[in-house]
Amino acid sequence: MPDAYVADDPAGAFPLVQLLTPEGERVPHADFAYDGDDDSIRGLYRDLVLSRRIDFEAHALQRHGELGLWAPALGQEAAQIGSGRALRPQDFAFPTYREHGVALCRGVDPALLLGLFRGVELGGWDPAEQGFALYSIVIGAQTLHATGYAMGLTLDGEVGRNDPERDAAVIAYFGDGATSQGDVNEAFDWAAVFNAPVVFFCQNNQYAISASTDRNTRGPIAQRAGGFGFSGIRVDGNDVLACHAVTTAAMEKARNGEGPSLIEAYTYRMGAHTTSDDPSRYRDSAEVETWKLKDPIERVKRYLLLQGTPQSFFDDLDTEADELGKHLRETCKSLPDPDLAALFDHVYVDGSPELMEQKAQYVAYRDSLEPEGSES
Amino acid sequence: MTKMPLGKGLNAGLRAAMEADDKVLIMGEDVGKLGGVFRITDGLQKDFGESRVIDAPLAESGIVGTAVGLAYRGYRPVLEIQFDGFVYPAYDQIVSQVAKLHFRSQGRVKMPIVIRIPFGGGIGAVEHHSESPEGQFALTAGLKVVSCSNANDAYWMIQQAIASDDPVVFMEPKRRYWDQGEVDTTSEPMPLHASSVVREGADATVIAYGPMVKTCLESADAAAEEGTSLEVIDLRTLSPLDLDPVFESVRRTGRAIVVHEAAQTLGLGAEISARITEKCFYSLEAPVIRVTGYDLPYPPSRVEEEYLPGLDRVLEAVDRSLAF
Ligand SMILES: Cc1ncc(C[n+]2csc(CCOP(=O)(O)OP(=O)(O)O)c2C)c(N)n1
Ligand SMILES: [Mg+2]
Repeated sequence: MPDAYVADDPAGAFPLVQLLTPEGERVPHADFAYDGDDDSIRGLYRDLVLSRRIDFEAHALQRHGELGLWAPALGQEAAQIGSGRALRPQDFAFPTYREHGVALCRGVDPALLLGLFRGVELGGWDPAEQGFALYSIVIGAQTLHATGYAMGLTLDGEVGRNDPERDAAVIAYFGDGATSQGDVNEAFDWAAVFNAPVVFFCQNNQYAISASTDRNTRGPIAQRAGGFGFSGIRVDGNDVLACHAVTTAAMEKARNGEGPSLIEAYTYRMGAHTTSDDPSRYRDSAEVETWKLKDPIERVKRYLLLQGTPQSFFDDLDTEADELGKHLRETCKSLPDPDLAALFDHVYVDGSPELMEQKAQYVAYRDSLEPEGSES
Repeated sequence: MTKMPLGKGLNAGLRAAMEADDKVLIMGEDVGKLGGVFRITDGLQKDFGESRVIDAPLAESGIVGTAVGLAYRGYRPVLEIQFDGFVYPAYDQIVSQVAKLHFRSQGRVKMPIVIRIPFGGGIGAVEHHSESPEGQFALTAGLKVVSCSNANDAYWMIQQAIASDDPVVFMEPKRRYWDQGEVDTTSEPMPLHASSVVREGADATVIAYGPMVKTCLESADAAAEEGTSLEVIDLRTLSPLDLDPVFESVRRTGRAIVVHEAAQTLGLGAEISARITEKCFYSLEAPVIRVTGYDLPYPPSRVEEEYLPGLDRVLEAVDRSLAF
């Protein structure tokens, strides 16, 4: 049975859009349909499995001391893959620190995600090349960046040409907690005022560290958009087909020059906030168990099995995931520690004489510590 | 005397302040059920209830801005900013409102707000979790700024800050939260805005606060083994500064080294160095030397030990001063 609505929406004004039930059954919806065939669903399934593997490996690497921290996306794979696969190459995504599945969709080598968490760099990919901004740890900041980027698309005439190959839009990721921040509400306002081609994609995973959603909002998050003058919708965030369909429609609208929308993907953070967190202090394991029944990956597998997908497909995927895991482990351990001296060169475009003097002092000091002839 | 970690000293001090005055409220992200990400408020919501230990919505400007309104009503809000790098969304409220209301109202409005900020690096954290923004508050007229370096000070200074009718930015040395120290809950504390000589010495004066006090004490131990006697001063108060003990010391030693994690340019070391030069010019045997973070955004954690002042850099500065 689809969840028609959830507790914070007693009037049922924002029913969850659902196209695939936890039992793996496809259900029709009046406004949305998944536009792919079973092969494309197998493609989505592959992404879901690989993104969960990224989490699994990164978590293990953290436990072995190879990463300082990891923020798992466990349970949120459908929201990330469904929305991430609704993007086109010319689109641009602004993530938080948890969008590992979206990164995968944007073609970022998952091993590059590890550098920030290992403490060897602050963002290891080229945003322009990937259409994927650097991770943003400061809650909410990126929603304004997304809005500004979208305003730029409009200024450059990249919107509303009726050209699906070139018209572009932006997607901004953020959490339920972030909806309390001024920046996020300012982003909603700016996007509305400038009719910016941006989709605000909120993963309501029920928690902001220990704070349950009612500490950050009363009433459905999707409802927020209405007050700013655009529309919001609530989707089953554990249903990859629904997330894909809803995001596809919102991005299409944005690319056509019809302005912003808000999508609230109703999901659950099945893991800890980060590897430093202890959720047993603030939530029951029974709650986690009920959400396990709505697992975003299991339901797709059930569907694919019902459709007669051969076992070899699943076996091949396991092999591919194992290879990805190996790649992550090997690359992580070989990521070089940064050279502090080199960091002085990235503060300014042209450096500055006093900073270069400080760099020289640092290098001289460092070299004075080292025995003659040794490498740094 | 009870032995406890610095973080537990803060927790006990907060508890004592809440028991002493029911207008004291705690607000911050995850401070209730979770007890804060560093557990500094652990157990307080359980014992004082949800209306006195308030899990805030995720909005720093909201945390500080609503505290202004609560202070207007006579409350004494104690705010936790989860990490140094997340204070900036609240910067406007702190600098334009909290700092100025007493002045604008010619003393009619008091803002007895404490803004607790775990600060500094050394814990291998991701970005925005290791910064040292104290200078930005110390240069703001209307704010008082203090930093504790040991468990006993943690216990007493947090209570004194809460009792202060001026707003106090309370900088907590997060990497020292787990350091054990003796806490004397019975003896009369020294005033909040006073510096303290934490080790006596004759050859040079080393000035620090917060997390660097321990580093400097260790440096003094190492220097002593080589026959150099360092005096170490824990500033404790960053605004207003209490430099009389520093001047007295430098007049004896003739040499001063200021140590902080914050970047060098326009850091507190710059002000302290200028004042020492003004007040102790004829006693100085060497220029005042600063040992600080470099003028970079905080670097990735794998290289933070090279970025942060450590024992070797302090001793190298001492050598330079002595050789001058
Ligand atoms: C401005 C700011 N304040 C505080 C934090 C500390 N912090 C990191 S994640 C987090 C909770 C975020 O919750 P939510 O927006 O729901 O995203 P989720 O972590 O659930 O994906 C907090 C408070 C931060 N990163 N930035
Ligand atoms: Mg959340």
